[in-house]
Amino acid sequence: MSAATIFGLCAAAAIGLGLYGLITNPQPLRKILAFNLLGSGVFLIFGVVARRGAASGFGGDPVPQALVITGIVVAFSATALAVALLLRLFQATGSATLRADASPSPGTDPDAA
Amino acid sequence: MMPHPVLDAATTGGLLLVLALVVPLVSVLVAFTVGGRQIQRIALGTMPLGLAIAIAIAVVVWQTRGPLAYLLGGWAPPLGVALRADGLSAVMMVITALVICAVGAFAHADFCSPVGSQEARAPFAFWILLLAIWGALNTIFLAGDLFTLYVALELLTFAAVPLVCLDGRPETIQAALRYLLFALLGSVLYLVSTALLYGAYGTLDIALLALRVHPESATLVAAALITVGLLAKTALFPLHLWLPPAHAGAPAAASAILSALVVKGSFFIVVRVWFDVMPALPGIAAAQLLAGLGAAAIVFGSVVALRQQRLKLLIAYSTLAQIGYLFVTFPLAFDYASAQLARGGALAGGLLQAVSHATAKAAMFMAAGLIYAALGHDRITGLGGVARALPLSVLAFALGGMALIGVPPGGAYLAKELLLQAAAETEQWWWAAIIQAGGIFTGGYLVLVLAHALGPADEPIKLRVDVRWSQEAAALALAVCSLTLGLLPWEAYLSVPRTTPSTSLVFEGLLSALWPVLGGAVLAILLGHWGPRLTRAPSQSLVAMVGSIRRTALVLGRMVERMDGTLRQWPAAGLCLLLLTILFGAATLARH
Repeated sequence: MSAATIFGLCAAAAIGLGLYGLITNPQPLRKILAFNLLGSGVFLIFGVVARRGAASGFGGDPVPQALVITGIVVAFSATALAVALLLRLFQATGSATLRADASPSPGTDPDAA
Repeated sequence: MMPHPVLDAATTGGLLLVLALVVPLVSVLVAFTVGGRQIQRIALGTMPLGLAIAIAIAVVVWQTRGPLAYLLGGWAPPLGVALRADGLSAVMMVITALVICAVGAFAHADFCSPVGSQEARAPFAFWILLLAIWGALNTIFLAGDLFTLYVALELLTFAAVPLVCLDGRPETIQAALRYLLFALLGSVLYLVSTALLYGAYGTLDIALLALRVHPESATLVAAALITVGLLAKTALFPLHLWLPPAHAGAPAAASAILSALVVKGSFFIVVRVWFDVMPALPGIAAAQLLAGLGAAAIVFGSVVALRQQRLKLLIAYSTLAQIGYLFVTFPLAFDYASAQLARGGALAGGLLQAVSHATAKAAMFMAAGLIYAALGHDRITGLGGVARALPLSVLAFALGGMALIGVPPGGAYLAKELLLQAAAETEQWWWAAIIQAGGIFTGGYLVLVLAHALGPADEPIKLRVDVRWSQEAAALALAVCSLTLGLLPWEAYLSVPRTTPSTSLVFEGLLSALWPVLGGAVLAILLGHWGPRLTRAPSQSLVAMVGSIRRTALVLGRMVERMDGTLRQWPAAGLCLLLLTILFGAATLARH
């Protein structure tokens, strides 16, 4: 089993765990963490792609590495934005939940807004 | 028009493409640095400039009869990054610029820093985010490779999310957080797909990928992932959990931008991927699946829209239904002879539907915002008398709605004609039926709102604020624009057969627009909330006759509404997302 395969499997595992957490966990902070795990898995895939593309004598294909740096910056800003929103939500309501029934659900409370 | 030729040199006018990206983004930076009360001036000053650039690009595309291209730093793909503008990009850019200018004129009054104060948070954020959205959309329309598209897509989301919670109410912050997290799920799927495509073909340039792509397992997985990721961002049913609260809770100007433009950004990327990157890959089964989701969105979104009690939520659910319309395009554009998606009349119809929805929906949200501000509420049953108090706003709403139904010579009318023609040519009558049904549903919620708005007031209306004429004019201008889009010479940009609308044709078109209104009236009576109004109807026997049918319809409507509530839970939406990925994968696999 080559190193690329092992890293590929690790990436798949991280993506699977992250996806599971992002979909099933009701707490927003855990969703944000799960998104980061998911993102790490994807970045690892880029690493594997860079390694596989390097078969023609190079140490590594530089393009996926450049893409990963951009991806990390994007994921970082996404996390920052999400945490900022979460903090704001916590300050405003004293709890942090995404459940629709915790907010005025559309159609039942016309005076909500 | 054929797919892009591989352009390895910049064409004339290529510099315009750079300007289209740089101008909004530079003014974001300048506005952010300068701050204070200058922000609004900078934003409003950028708007005519951006509009001029978009029009210039459209003119050059028309004159040169081909796509424009620019290579960043003179490096040709696959090493470098290219910007390309074809007819589709040019159309989308001009309409985007128009909508943004109108929204700018509309928001001028709502988001101005008061004289004397240094800087207010909401205006500061609004103008900067508006410019950022513009820059992101222009990048999406011009990007020549999938990774630039990814970055632009993320920029679009990050600029759109804070717009949702500009007024800082807890429920809007919650809506924004839901939007952000679900959008991130979508963008991660997109990113995985780019990694797989790069791994398989060593390039992400659209034109080069189109030449190299062939069916193999990595490509099929990538195609399924990229499609579903983008659908999550476009909020196609059943991945719409974030859209209604986000679009209905935002301030009017922000709702207009979100509903009109932001969802079109990711739709445009779906078109790019399916038509330009891999036209032969997805196959008819996947296209039918996509259109099936679109049809479900039309029925679901419209029924739930009819059941809403608040005007802004009604418009938000109408957006959901209209997004469905866009995706019906795909199987109609399938060319059976070459077994691939073709850039024919159906694609032109889909794009026309997108631009006419953009203009009409922005007008409707602005009008709804004015009504909300003036009345202090937007309960549909409490709209009585508003047509007398705010005639121009109600007119803008009505014209926008009529444009959506497909009244000639609107853009949606032309789109509908093109789609129906494509349905007839490819012998897919069921999509023609869905398209017609969509018009009737749209008629339904338009009639519902107008019947209340035109009715007498229950008590004398006292307007809370004076509505400015400039705001009403902005909404009205966009609605009129949507209603006249069908008259423009589209054949230079889209493959629209050149027709000169004769008076008899227009008359026939008007007659055919009568059906959606009549059918819509029936639907509105059956499904809508009427308050005490229905029982006051002149003919009691008619009400009694309708009563039993209405009760059945209401039960059905409530069922659909409850299903919508279930689908908008996170676990349900997440499962739908995974299920759709598998289905798309299977549909593509079945073909090869």
